[in-house]
Amino acid sequence: MFDRRLIENFDWGFLVVILLICSVGLVILYSAVTAGYDGTDLHPLFKKQGVWMATGFCIMMASVVIDFRELDKLNLFIWTICVGLLVTIYLFGHIGGGSRRWLVIGFVRMQPSELMKIALIISLASVYSDSVSPEGLGFQNLIKPAILCLIPFCLIVNQPDLGSGLLLLLIAGSITLFVKVEKRVFYSLASIGLSILPLVWFVGLKAYQKDRILIFIDPDRDPLGAGYHIIQSKIAIGSGMLVGKGFLKGTQNALSFLPEQHTDFILSVLAEEWGLTGCAVLLILYFILLFWGLNISYNCRNMFGSILAFGITAMIFWQIFINIGMVMGLMPVVGVPLPLVSYGGSSVVTNMVGFGILMNISMRNFTIT
Amino acid sequence: MSSLNKNADRDWIKQRLMGASLCILMVFVLLFLRLVYLQLIKGEEYRRLSETNCVRLKSIKSSRGLIYDRHHTLLVENRPAFDLTIVLEDAHPVKETIERLADLIDVSFEDLMGSIKRAGKSAFYKPLTLKRDISRDLLAIVEAHKFDLPGIHMDVEPTRHYIYKKTAAHLLGYLGQINRKELESGFYPTVRTGDSIGRYGIEKSFEPFLQGKRGGRQVEVDVNGRLIKVLKTVPPVSGNDLHLTLDLELQRTAEQLLGENDGAVVAIDPSNGDVLVMASAPSFDQNDFIGGISNKKWQALMTDPGKPMNNKAIQAEYPPASTYKILTAMAALEERVIDEHGSFFCPGYYRLGNRRYQCWKKNGHGEMTVVNAIAQSCDVFFYQAGEKVGVDSLAQYANGSGLGRYTGIKLDHERRGLIPTAAWKKKRFKEVWQAGETLSISIGQGFDLVTPLQMAVFIAAVGNGGTLYRPRLVTSIEDSDGNVVKSIQPEITGGLPASKETLALVQKGLLEVVQGDRGTARRIRIKGINIAGKTGTAQVFSRKAGEKFDNESIRRTLRDHAWFVSYAPAEAPKIAICVIIEHGEHGSSAAAPVAGALIEKYLKKTAPKTASKTECKKDTIKP
Repeated sequence: MFDRRLIENFDWGFLVVILLICSVGLVILYSAVTAGYDGTDLHPLFKKQGVWMATGFCIMMASVVIDFRELDKLNLFIWTICVGLLVTIYLFGHIGGGSRRWLVIGFVRMQPSELMKIALIISLASVYSDSVSPEGLGFQNLIKPAILCLIPFCLIVNQPDLGSGLLLLLIAGSITLFVKVEKRVFYSLASIGLSILPLVWFVGLKAYQKDRILIFIDPDRDPLGAGYHIIQSKIAIGSGMLVGKGFLKGTQNALSFLPEQHTDFILSVLAEEWGLTGCAVLLILYFILLFWGLNISYNCRNMFGSILAFGITAMIFWQIFINIGMVMGLMPVVGVPLPLVSYGGSSVVTNMVGFGILMNISMRNFTIT
Repeated sequence: MSSLNKNADRDWIKQRLMGASLCILMVFVLLFLRLVYLQLIKGEEYRRLSETNCVRLKSIKSSRGLIYDRHHTLLVENRPAFDLTIVLEDAHPVKETIERLADLIDVSFEDLMGSIKRAGKSAFYKPLTLKRDISRDLLAIVEAHKFDLPGIHMDVEPTRHYIYKKTAAHLLGYLGQINRKELESGFYPTVRTGDSIGRYGIEKSFEPFLQGKRGGRQVEVDVNGRLIKVLKTVPPVSGNDLHLTLDLELQRTAEQLLGENDGAVVAIDPSNGDVLVMASAPSFDQNDFIGGISNKKWQALMTDPGKPMNNKAIQAEYPPASTYKILTAMAALEERVIDEHGSFFCPGYYRLGNRRYQCWKKNGHGEMTVVNAIAQSCDVFFYQAGEKVGVDSLAQYANGSGLGRYTGIKLDHERRGLIPTAAWKKKRFKEVWQAGETLSISIGQGFDLVTPLQMAVFIAAVGNGGTLYRPRLVTSIEDSDGNVVKSIQPEITGGLPASKETLALVQKGLLEVVQGDRGTARRIRIKGINIAGKTGTAQVFSRKAGEKFDNESIRRTLRDHAWFVSYAPAEAPKIAICVIIEHGEHGSSAAAPVAGALIEKYLKKTAPKTASKTECKKDTIKP
């Protein structure tokens, strides 16, 4: 049952990259939560994040044991559970920050929308691995994936959590383009989309909804809200200059300037205290992580595994891109956490599960089905 | 197609992955270049900005919509109030600064520190309110010591001001600070902690229109927190102004006439349902609620036996007493129990079973037609008429006339009153309806309960030929530039269940009440104006037949309530009035003169040529 080759093939290098990113994350989080904190022991948020990372790490190692091909068989089951959780919070969810996105089980608060990403990737990988062809997918191949994707999308956007919803679409879109669609399908979908958009804009949306989307695209329209955050974030990042102000020396990282400085805006803390140097280190680590993921996808000899590995890499990629782009004023202001660095249990655990699956695939690339 | 199934084709995958790799590479280069731009090229500038921590956010409160009466007289405005605020980061050393300030403005040091502690760490750079609405004298003192008080600022905040103290307080309502639950409810998207929202009256019902939208400024400040320049401004949007149907002058007259009495006055324009007057006594000062009412004042209001916080026009339910005879007459005529010429004999009592039901006139009225019975308020006539119509049929007429139903006025807490039926009693008390009870409700006693507003709407409909209107409070809502945001049209909610002929007879009876020689309210006659009306005296506790009371010796709270409902001019009514004076004893002597004075004032104003009031005759009149 247990193959000795599994241990020989264990992907140590990948594990090291993950642990390095985790350490960088904890150092920055320490700075972010310690500023303005006058307790004698460690900040409770920092301790919590430590516990989440340890938990995530255990889940990651545990998910290495089960063969990833089991996921292929269970895909619909996993998807149904996650959608069930989304429906549950729709009915009984805890309202936080103006939207229903938390599910409280005992003392644990979790965001099912995070787990939904993994579930969607698994189910799409499973569906596409059966229908993939060199010419690309036809319309009939896209019906099932569309259903799998749109149901959770609607539930999440309804929370309302536009950021997570769009992330789900981006991940699904990336996977679909990766397995290739027929040219005519691509062009017709693109033109349908482009022609529906104005219709939705002028007929479907109310004035305040349009307003929110415009602010989302251009934060400067809301100089007292999102626009203000972006200004403060840019000041923090820019003031770091080449080598930064030094550990715990950030001035901009005072509690009032960035209300989410330990979650979504955490990169500005790194940039302020460690400068371009620190940011470059984190970017390089992320870059290695992503290419490692693509490499795992390439080396896997199982179509399901390849698509799965690609999907998880895409998930990590979009989070990095959107988050960093946002804090630097390149992207809309949207609540997407920076993987392994931002504070947040659901995000840490979800990403760890993703990495576990990647290692799992990587360990089994010798297997021939 | 299946060459790719399950077993991955390495070349195919490689080709697909190349595109993805290229994307990732490009994105990372882009992110890196952006970092270089922010941190190296613009780094110096951002470093400077960060060192002074100088970009701040200042909120600008919007001003709430104004409220005018029907003649564009301003009733509710906003006055500037000065708040003292502190920005902790700039107020070094905080403790000494606060101590100095406490000395200057004579507020205890602990109080000031308390509001700082409550805000916690998170508010280091945000202005915190230390003291709201300081006087101009204190303002001058603080301004003079400005340089000894780093980080202390004065904010001008528009604050609600009710110009006519205690006038129409129940109708206009008051404000209160929003609480956490309301903030989280999502019903107040533009409101923040510390802001006020309408809590009662029009301030509450029209909250979405009155509440403006908060604005703000991004500003750059120097090391001491003083403004250097404004970076961006979002102007606040003022709330919309309301134009009421209320007539301020008439309202104030009504309140003066109520005087020390508890009670209510409602006046309605019978042609469209406009509420001209809605007075409830005792009243309260709405300005006390600005910035939070003191506990002592609140307790005093809550324990006052006169219930000043209740709008008696819509929240108090009284037995309609003899004013209900209008309805009984209407039902009897419609049900053909009696016609114009038919009569019942009144010997001073009516015998049902082995009980005698008294008429208020011991010696009896003799033969009574419906018109005379209304004019002289003969109880025995209506005992017989009501008994023949029956309790359930009476209830149907009452409901059709808007009694026992919400009038639909745009105010919270409206009560529905009570019009009993046999089934209702069975359900409520598990007892069978007694014939004697039908006699009681026929003259508006017993279980019957109505609000003054319901009676005003009802009498207005009787006067205008049968049309029931929803009482209208606001005619138009305008933005601060005077553009009409919404105009509210009169709304018909139904018609009285009575034919033209029936109404004509009832109207004739009501006219006789004032203009006839034996009418119960003949004392309020005004030369040149024909008034129609009906008096009523509602028993607060029942006296046994034949038992004599010296009224002065009865405790005030046990005395009867006085009613008067009326409209004028009787030919083409312009105003319908309902007056109730709690414990006023007699409708004719306590309530009717109030209505008479209001009618005179209102009609003289609209038609100034009419003559003055006639001499009152000195005879004592019972209801």
